[in-house]
Amino acid sequence: MNAQKHTVTALVEDKPGVLNRIASLFRRRGFNIESIVVGHSEVPDLSRLTLVMGGDEAAVEQVTKQLYKLIDVVKVSDITSDDMVARELALVKVRAPSSARGEIIQLADIFRANIVDVAPEALILEVTGDEEKIGALLELLRPFGIVEVMRSGRVALARA
Amino acid sequence: MKLSGAQMLCECLVREGVVEIFGFPGGTVLPLYDVWPQYPQLRHVLVRHEQGAAHMADGYARATGRVGVCVATSGPGACNLVTGIATAHMDSSPVVAITGQVVRSLIGKDGFQECDITGITLPITKYNYLVLKAADIPRVVKEAFHIARTGRPGPVLIDIPRDVFTEEAEYDYPDSVDLPGYKPTLTGHPTQIRKAASLINQSLRPVIIVGHGVVISRAYTELRDLAEKAQAPVTPTLLGISSFPGSHVLSLGMLGMHGTYQANRAVTDADLIIGLGMRFDDRATGKVSEFAPKAKIIHIDIDPAEIGKNVRVDVPIVGDVAAVLRALNGEVQQGRHTEWLAQIDDWRESHASDVVPDSEKLLPQQVVSKLYEVTRGEATIVTGVGQNQMWAARFYRYDRSDAFISSGGLGTMGFELPAGIGVKMGRPQDAVWCVCGDGGFQMTMEELAVAVQEKVAIKVAILNNGFLGMVRQWQDLFFGKRFVATPLLGPDFVKIAEAYGILGLRATRPSEVGPAIERAMEHDGPVVVDFAIQPEENVYPMVPPGGSIGEMLEAPQPVRSRSSARGHRA
Ligand SMILES: Cc1ncc(C[n+]2csc(CCOP(=O)(O)OP(=O)(O)O)c2C)c(N)n1
Ligand SMILES: [Mg+2]
Repeated sequence: MNAQKHTVTALVEDKPGVLNRIASLFRRRGFNIESIVVGHSEVPDLSRLTLVMGGDEAAVEQVTKQLYKLIDVVKVSDITSDDMVARELALVKVRAPSSARGEIIQLADIFRANIVDVAPEALILEVTGDEEKIGALLELLRPFGIVEVMRSGRVALARA
Repeated sequence: MKLSGAQMLCECLVREGVVEIFGFPGGTVLPLYDVWPQYPQLRHVLVRHEQGAAHMADGYARATGRVGVCVATSGPGACNLVTGIATAHMDSSPVVAITGQVVRSLIGKDGFQECDITGITLPITKYNYLVLKAADIPRVVKEAFHIARTGRPGPVLIDIPRDVFTEEAEYDYPDSVDLPGYKPTLTGHPTQIRKAASLINQSLRPVIIVGHGVVISRAYTELRDLAEKAQAPVTPTLLGISSFPGSHVLSLGMLGMHGTYQANRAVTDADLIIGLGMRFDDRATGKVSEFAPKAKIIHIDIDPAEIGKNVRVDVPIVGDVAAVLRALNGEVQQGRHTEWLAQIDDWRESHASDVVPDSEKLLPQQVVSKLYEVTRGEATIVTGVGQNQMWAARFYRYDRSDAFISSGGLGTMGFELPAGIGVKMGRPQDAVWCVCGDGGFQMTMEELAVAVQEKVAIKVAILNNGFLGMVRQWQDLFFGKRFVATPLLGPDFVKIAEAYGILGLRATRPSEVGPAIERAMEHDGPVVVDFAIQPEENVYPMVPPGGSIGEMLEAPQPVRSRSSARGHRA
């Protein structure tokens, strides 16, 4: 994984406006955030968030502290140097006339991607993995003609 | 017990011990105003502009340490609070602002006088709420007061739709708050405290920098103990002024852009900086990369996010300053820094930043030091922003604790008069003097009506230079003397005072200053004194913006004869 990038997770209260507060904080302090993903956690009324950011230790420390300062943020951890599991999900719509279809399906197999939609001229592939794996698949699909890509951004958990 | 949302809000305010509420009515808060007569314990102070309400609540809060409350209607009323809320936020002042909102069914529809005030104030409040049902009011108010006054204090806004004020619900005031994400750290970590003590005990040239946090935490005796034990000189940031006696032998005077020569030099030469309840703001540090280049830094603050934000810190301690100092002082040994203190005295003597110039013409330094003399240092000084603020900071000797109130972080012109009214209402026994600029005073002078209507006997000293003086000073020094938009035509301030039914006085010569101040002090009621000061006087020393604080511009006059500005030194 890219050493410059930090992965921070946080537990936040599931209240209206929380994401707005977090986004507003990043904008106002000029923090450079690459991706942010939020969803329900195992605790009712708490959401878990994963964010990926560049920058040096001092910048990450400021982000962590400023995040923690928000009243709705319960816990913040920089898990970059921890042993962690990190995944991203991507949906890729790729041009797939019958002539190219076989080759695309082979690629999907190699990357353990699922074909989740089939249309006469296109396929949608669903792939999970780290950013590099997704990047590699996208590179290989590019010659066929990528129509649309939706990437989720990284979600991560520290190992037990 | 079933109550309307408006009644619940009032019940909650009474429960929180609120007395004064600074506000201005309008459509969406009418149901609230309608129930006020049922709560005679609450005194509503009608302002003339909502900005005034926010500053009054802020001044009241700073003067009392209790939460100040202001109220405004939706839309324009709420928007007018914004400057005051941002001012309170930058200076960590506990204010609760209550705004009306359009009825719930109209939210998001751009109805008449709708504005997204929770969105607008998101970055300038410690927290804010849009209350969508009356039953939530007690919990929200309880939380709002708790958040506003604990930890690093700050403003909290509560936005309440008009139909939530009229909705009825069961009233039950909670005993405690449940905020899992908000648990301020109050006591310092023992290991860190030990490390700090050891740095202090080894230091040869320590300097203590004190900020607003020392005032907020009321850590005056703890600070004095530390300074005397460690024999470390003390310099305040602008808002740290009056947390340490100005006449104390270890007092350096203010730090920073308009700090004293000795304070700026001492920080630059120090081998140890002990930052207490302060945030290394650029006006205090100058060019950060050249700040205290020889020093290790101990930083004690209640807000962990302040630590390491602007400067690298060797020993951080998160906690309430008073509590941390109590623990720290026990481990600090009696120091002796004879050479260091002699060096500082040398700087002080040779550069004389504190000396009031003798002049035939009326100088602002004379006005402020006369104010000190006549009030025997016992007044609370509330300042405007600009040159007047710097003169008030530097030439009044703050021996009393917590006697200096100013908009430091945001630097809000127009703060002085309304904040001064709030201060005087919070401290009715104190002499409260607003030291204003002629520019700033004209921004909020409509609040004179409040002083009259509510019988608030504040004293206003206008340092009238006919200029937006501080901006003129920058043009003078850094913009080739091109005085664009800084010469300022003012009204006759004596007549303005009289128009409000207030005593107006004027002093144009040095000899008239003392008598005018005495007359103002004797008068039972608000007074405005117009001091016609030398228009071109600049504030020195000055660290040019972006420069290092070790390098100051000093007054161009060769040698100034000295008077007794330094006063007695303990
Ligand atoms: C609301 C606001 N607008 C603009 C400024 C920029 N500013 C800082 S000092 C100053 C001049 C203040 O003039 P005056 O109140 O007469 O005080 P003086 O410096 O002359 O003592 C100005 C315009 C400010 N601080 N606040
Ligand atoms: Mg002026």
